[in-house]
Amino acid sequence: MFKIFKYSFYDLMRSRWNYVYLLFYLALGLVLLFVSTSLSKAILTLMNIIILLVPLIGTVFGIMYYYSSKEFTELLLALPLKRSSIFLGQYFGVAISLSLSLVIGLGIPFVIYGIFQSADIWHFGQLLILGTFLSFIFSGISYNIALHNENRIKGFGFAILAWLFMAVIYDGIFMIALVMLHEYPLEKFSLIFSIFNPIDLSRIMMLLKLDISAMLGYTGALFKMFFGNYLGSTIAMLILALWTITPVFILKWRSAKKDF
Amino acid sequence: MKNLLIKVGLFIIALCLSTAISAKTIEVCKNCEINTVKKAVELAERGDVIIVKKGLYQEIEIFVDKPLIIIGEPGAILDGQMLSEIIVIRSDSVTLDGLEFHNVGTSNLRDYAAVRVRGSRYFTIKNLIIRQPFFGIYLEKSSYGKVYNNQIYGNAVSEFYAGNGIHLWYAHYIEIFNNTIYQVRDGIYLEFSNNCTIGNNVSKNNVRYGLHFMFSNNDIVRNDRYENNGAGIAIMFSKDMEASDNYFMDNWGSAVYGMLLKEVYDAKIINNVFLRNTAGIFVEGCSRILYEYNDFESNGWAIYSRGANYENNFTNNNFISNSFDIAYTGPLNKNVFNGNYWSDYNGYDLDKDDIGDIPYKPVKLFSNLVNRSPEAIILLRSIFVDLVEFAEKVSPTITPNILQDETPRMRMITHDRN
Repeated sequence: MFKIFKYSFYDLMRSRWNYVYLLFYLALGLVLLFVSTSLSKAILTLMNIIILLVPLIGTVFGIMYYYSSKEFTELLLALPLKRSSIFLGQYFGVAISLSLSLVIGLGIPFVIYGIFQSADIWHFGQLLILGTFLSFIFSGISYNIALHNENRIKGFGFAILAWLFMAVIYDGIFMIALVMLHEYPLEKFSLIFSIFNPIDLSRIMMLLKLDISAMLGYTGALFKMFFGNYLGSTIAMLILALWTITPVFILKWRSAKKDF
Repeated sequence: MKNLLIKVGLFIIALCLSTAISAKTIEVCKNCEINTVKKAVELAERGDVIIVKKGLYQEIEIFVDKPLIIIGEPGAILDGQMLSEIIVIRSDSVTLDGLEFHNVGTSNLRDYAAVRVRGSRYFTIKNLIIRQPFFGIYLEKSSYGKVYNNQIYGNAVSEFYAGNGIHLWYAHYIEIFNNTIYQVRDGIYLEFSNNCTIGNNVSKNNVRYGLHFMFSNNDIVRNDRYENNGAGIAIMFSKDMEASDNYFMDNWGSAVYGMLLKEVYDAKIINNVFLRNTAGIFVEGCSRILYEYNDFESNGWAIYSRGANYENNFTNNNFISNSFDIAYTGPLNKNVFNGNYWSDYNGYDLDKDDIGDIPYKPVKLFSNLVNRSPEAIILLRSIFVDLVEFAEKVSPTITPNILQDETPRMRMITHDRN
């Protein structure tokens, strides 16, 4: 598995798109720090971009890489190799190279700016951890979708739909539910509802750490109480880990059973 | 007869002069014969001047019951040793100048103050420095006084174990100028106090409010600066107030406001700057208030209007880069929002009169939804909400039709500030 991972990883590292992705984050970080007055504000804007772009690019990269390396995968399948190591190797290759682009691309400008001397280092660190989680989660989901669909167009469509659901539609349903049920106490409901979407969870965990959390009022206080204590933050991390591990296991299980 | 009159007149003038001259000066210092302020006050007669030399005087409960001028030289410190109050003024026409007060007693039963003025008039309290007050300057049932150039530095942590910087209770016609107040409960507090003028003060880092009015009418606040308080100014159950040319900055946190108005009638809020507050103005149950020439910039909410507000007029204000310009509950109730500048407005102006041709609706869909179910605020900064906001920009028809500015300005209004 490690060999396949290494191969995929080096392959991706040499790919042009990965560099574009890296350069994009580099430019984004530099421009943001140049434009915004405070580090905290830059992190807030960055969070907005990360929760939108990281899942989207994870999804698109995952599905593209699967389809483009399909012939090579079939070649590997003909060799005496464990199936799980082929697919997991490829998946980790994608996920890790994406995460590296994110961490390095954003890390360099912020390190130059002097994040280590700032109290915001923890917020920035958390942002990068959440971004890494999102990269893993969404490339995992898209890899599964690709494995399931031989038809590229269909696979692509489903993957984008999955992203759209998590990023937008889920919140839309959430909002409608909140408005429809506004006569009931909804704090716990909204807590539970938002904890199960990795994008929402990342966003809220980040918001609560920043100044803007003051605007969340009573609901925010409740969320803060939940995420502030040991149990709450453990649950949040567990859910993110669950979102990361589940696609991997499904991938392993399905790839073993699939008839190529 | 005429001669006699002149003689009598001269005699009276001479008498006056002689009393004026006879006002003696008493010096207090650690090694003098008179080494406590209390003793000096007891020995002094009406109109005398007491000069307190540099030194630490551990004294409490100095009662001033005659018109005196008490002047502290730099470094003259009265230390209350955390026991009780320090000076209590119970006579008209007393002047306190330049003294420094430390360690006022704290109590859960009594409101100890560094300086208390009780039932007096025409007093002047100036150039004091008060450190670790419980209450700083406490005026009760006193009128026509001046409180200026004082500095009060508290170390309040919670509302329940702290007092106010300058506290007025049934005190009318008081002038409060150029004071600096840090970290007490309420910087300046007025209860049942009318016709007071407050100006050029700085009130910062207070646990509760920078300035707090309760049941006080006809008061004026000008050129003050309120930073990082629980609310900059809170006005409650008061009428005919005026707040103009004040700065409200960085009053940020949950349930923290630049200005908090509750049950206020006939007030004027003019030419103020609200910068980076969670809510610039939080207003509930207020009527006939004029909000004009104010700048609201980078606040969470510029105006947070809860119910029961009638006939308020918001005009010629600038709303710049606030997360929400207005949150509004309930029917319109004759509140008017015309002629303001909104940085989010993207209408057009064909006839070039600097007034937008299409009305602006400052209450956005998300803001409205949050008002209906407050838990929805947790979707703040989500992609869904960003999309909704974008959709509103493209097609304003989905914005709720609660209130609108019929004549939005195309350009930012330049206010006359000095």
